[in-house]
Amino acid sequence: MEFTEDQLQRYSRHIILPEVGGKGQRKLLHAKVFIVGAGGLGCPVGYYLAAAGVGTIGMVDNDTVELSNLQRQIAHSTKTLGIHKVDSAKATFEALNPDIKVVGIKDRISKDNIKDLIKNYDIVVDGSDNFPTRYLVNDACVMLKKPLVSGAILKFEGQVTTILPGEGHCYRCLFEEMPPPGLVPSCQEAGVIGAIPGVVGSLQAIEVVKLILGKGDVLKNTLLIYDALKTTFRRVKVPKNPHCPVCGDNPTITELRDYDAEYCRI
Amino acid sequence: MEEDIKPDKKINIKGLVCPYTFVKAKLAVEDMEVGQVIEILLDYEEASRSIPKSMEDHGQKVLKVEKINDTDWILLIRKEKE
Repeated sequence: MEFTEDQLQRYSRHIILPEVGGKGQRKLLHAKVFIVGAGGLGCPVGYYLAAAGVGTIGMVDNDTVELSNLQRQIAHSTKTLGIHKVDSAKATFEALNPDIKVVGIKDRISKDNIKDLIKNYDIVVDGSDNFPTRYLVNDACVMLKKPLVSGAILKFEGQVTTILPGEGHCYRCLFEEMPPPGLVPSCQEAGVIGAIPGVVGSLQAIEVVKLILGKGDVLKNTLLIYDALKTTFRRVKVPKNPHCPVCGDNPTITELRDYDAEYCRI
Repeated sequence: MEEDIKPDKKINIKGLVCPYTFVKAKLAVEDMEVGQVIEILLDYEEASRSIPKSMEDHGQKVLKVEKINDTDWILLIRKEKE
């Protein structure tokens, strides 16, 4: 594939990097990344991946843009209030970079559709805002052996980890079961500083770019915790758990369940 | 000795400025085999210094940097690594 003159200019700061070059940029242009959620995390992740020239970006979200989203969800705007988030984000990303294609899916992700949604993508990014989805995405990625870059945010804090099924830990090695409902507040209840998803989403985007390029070390077996009040980054080791119910030697979770329904019944 | 080196490939990047001088040179080197030599013709003075430096940073071998007239330079670079 030959670069056009426009592409040489657009990606020049990538191409001159020893770790990227023309070869790496071609890998980015051919890559397919699926993002769960077009909210606080999905916006910056998608924005930077679009800018980087990641050729195909899938996004699933069933919500429409609300005024309360705009304090942090930077792909949306006052002009896209009421519009589906995936349509709003698609318009923003494709305006930034016409080289790329955004596939927006207006649906709730569930045990019935997740495998079909992610099966044709190289990497999955979790930018969801609730535990049932987080565990569903983890379990599906482990089962399909898809690399997963997971992010979470709350108040002044963020977390990032990269799950390489078969090689490193998974989310259940870290937290085997979901916390009981109500124990961990949501952003809706507890609030979040708008730039926190910007920091965490940018870290996720860089993890994705490194996975595509095959360069550097990703957050395998590691949880990175960002404390914005203290301005600290802490790395916590997360060994792969041989007794993990989904990625361990004798898994007890071998098919996806409707975690959402279970979660709400408790 | 240098005079005997015959380039395997030649590119003309006259009229280009940084960073596109290096972008073009680097992409041309990527398409070559290790051991092959490229001749680069350019007229942007800064690139006559920055391309050799960047090529060495990337692990390639600079064989020659020569000002051939009032406006132009010729570089000879040998590809040492992918």
